[in-house]
Amino acid sequence: MSKGRFGVHGGQYIPETLMNEIIRLEEAYEFYKNDKDFNDELNTLLKEYAGRPSLLYYAEQMTKDLGGAKIYLKREDLNHTGSHKINNVLGQCLLAKRMGKTRVIAETGAGQHGVATATAAALLNMECEIFMGKEDTDRQALNVYRMELLGAKVHAVTSGTMTLKDAVNETMREWTSRVSDTHYVLGSVMGPHPFPTIVRDFQSVISREAREQILKLEGKLPAAVMACVGGGSNAMGMFYHFIPDKEVRLIGCEAAGRGIHTDQHAATIAKGTLGIFHGMKSYFCQDEYGQIAPVYSISAGLDYPGIGPEHANLHDTKRAEYVPVTDEEAVAAFEYLAKTEGIICAIESAHAVAQALKVAKEYTPEDSIIICLSGRGDKDVAAIARYRGVEIYE
Amino acid sequence: MSRIEKAFDHGKAFIGFVTGGDPTLEKSEEFIMEMVRGGADLIEIGIPFSDPIAEGPVIQDANIRALANGATTDKLFDMVASIRKKTDIPIVFLTYLNPVFKYGYETFSQKCQEAGVDGLIIPDLPFEEKQELAPIAKAYDVDVISLIAPTSKDRITKIAADAAGFIYVVSSMGVTGVRSEIQTDLDSILKLIREASDRPAAIGFGISTPKQAKEMAGIADGAIVGSAIVKIVEKYGDAAGPHIYEYVKSMKDAVMEA
Repeated sequence: MSKGRFGVHGGQYIPETLMNEIIRLEEAYEFYKNDKDFNDELNTLLKEYAGRPSLLYYAEQMTKDLGGAKIYLKREDLNHTGSHKINNVLGQCLLAKRMGKTRVIAETGAGQHGVATATAAALLNMECEIFMGKEDTDRQALNVYRMELLGAKVHAVTSGTMTLKDAVNETMREWTSRVSDTHYVLGSVMGPHPFPTIVRDFQSVISREAREQILKLEGKLPAAVMACVGGGSNAMGMFYHFIPDKEVRLIGCEAAGRGIHTDQHAATIAKGTLGIFHGMKSYFCQDEYGQIAPVYSISAGLDYPGIGPEHANLHDTKRAEYVPVTDEEAVAAFEYLAKTEGIICAIESAHAVAQALKVAKEYTPEDSIIICLSGRGDKDVAAIARYRGVEIYE
Repeated sequence: MSRIEKAFDHGKAFIGFVTGGDPTLEKSEEFIMEMVRGGADLIEIGIPFSDPIAEGPVIQDANIRALANGATTDKLFDMVASIRKKTDIPIVFLTYLNPVFKYGYETFSQKCQEAGVDGLIIPDLPFEEKQELAPIAKAYDVDVISLIAPTSKDRITKIAADAAGFIYVVSSMGVTGVRSEIQTDLDSILKLIREASDRPAAIGFGISTPKQAKEMAGIADGAIVGSAIVKIVEKYGDAAGPHIYEYVKSMKDAVMEA
């Protein structure tokens, strides 16, 4: 079995052209992750620039209204650029600089990762190109302009289903054609080794902070932590330091779109099968011949036919649970959080909020639940309005 | 001597590629027979895939055409079995790993043997992962072809030493597609390959003109052409047969001059 495995999942299924680059990346990461200067620089940026640590907010109104567990929100939406993506991007861009790279490329779905990458590139004076599915450049037009303001070039990807998976395809193609000066800032805990490990490590700051914060506030561990899962980076970050705490339930919320009984969903664990794609062995939505299925979600960030290999293994070993949440449930939770707590969260994060609405009552006020609020929802307001039949033009 | 080895035993080889089922299975079979008639020494058939990450726009579009017209792995096995009744030419599949994995490595390899597929070229199966498939395929006399890229450098020796069938030398960075110029120092790569392996080596990616084919066949044991042939299919559709024959003939002639 090759390197970078989580159970049977993971590996390095990529073209030979990229192999030496991936090996170099792994060597650089193994060195710099223990390098004091590198960590000092990253931690300073996380604190002074990204605004960490992020708050662990006690959602008192929501708790009273639901009448079960105490609800805490891990406020990744308050980070600079408005989502958890900045945690990984600052780490990878600093690493790329140390490797002598002058240019970064990245895929993006909702645009959060693209905005974060463009931001880090602007800050660190690197050239930046972002690949985004044509369908997503349409539904997230504001984020496209945001990236351009930050100095990035945005390519609208018109191949395949014109969404996140196609953006990944195109970014990989671009990387294959130009590796010497270019680093691919992969945005989730997916792709070939070492990406799932690198991204998880940079995102694990979420659970490192949350675990300390909840122990201080409650004096005990939470009953459950939950997060939305597309590729799975905020969930992996939210789960990681709780994995050894067997009494803490880890719940990943997948996009069930119009329902897992339809063919319009992106619920990889619920409906996918084992496969090999985008550099990794994991679960994918695919047909009997291994053709990757078109997937659907109201959330551009969860609209991905696979899931990171470490999640696939957490599922196999039953350490984490993965549940499907529909568009309708997510939109209702999006509206509920806005009205109850005065927080407009990303439609991605609303999938996790929706699950908390379902399970909060199973617990007593002695218990706490942490929801990872992975991003803010400004970008989604127009889409939610359209979902509710209100035409708003940005 | 295997069928693949025979492709290289009478001078420089010309290897032609089409996407299986583009635009239809019937036409694909006809185009392959035209390539054989035109003098191709080995046929590469692409199993269409939803997300071909190593392909440029020309072959991406061919994949879409083939899938839209109902091509499946099973239908391509049937097509190869039908071609096998007419010719003994070596045939390899170019496929991404997932269609093989999903079919089952053992069943897929067995079907290859039954249909008469001699080898597999898998762009997303590097040396590090090859062992999960190669021994199973070998048990059914199917070679997993190794690829060597411009960036392979220190990896060339181990990849070449482990190679089966022939060695596919990727001429350029990036994805498949016609290129006006090939800038990689292929002589140095071939030198390292020759030191490590007695397998024949053919160069692919970017080759479209007889001049390029002759030049590449001069450096290696053969030239591989994909996108340029698929472009003919794209241009002429169902009527591409005679154009493919003429093109392959001109390319084979050029290769023989090398």
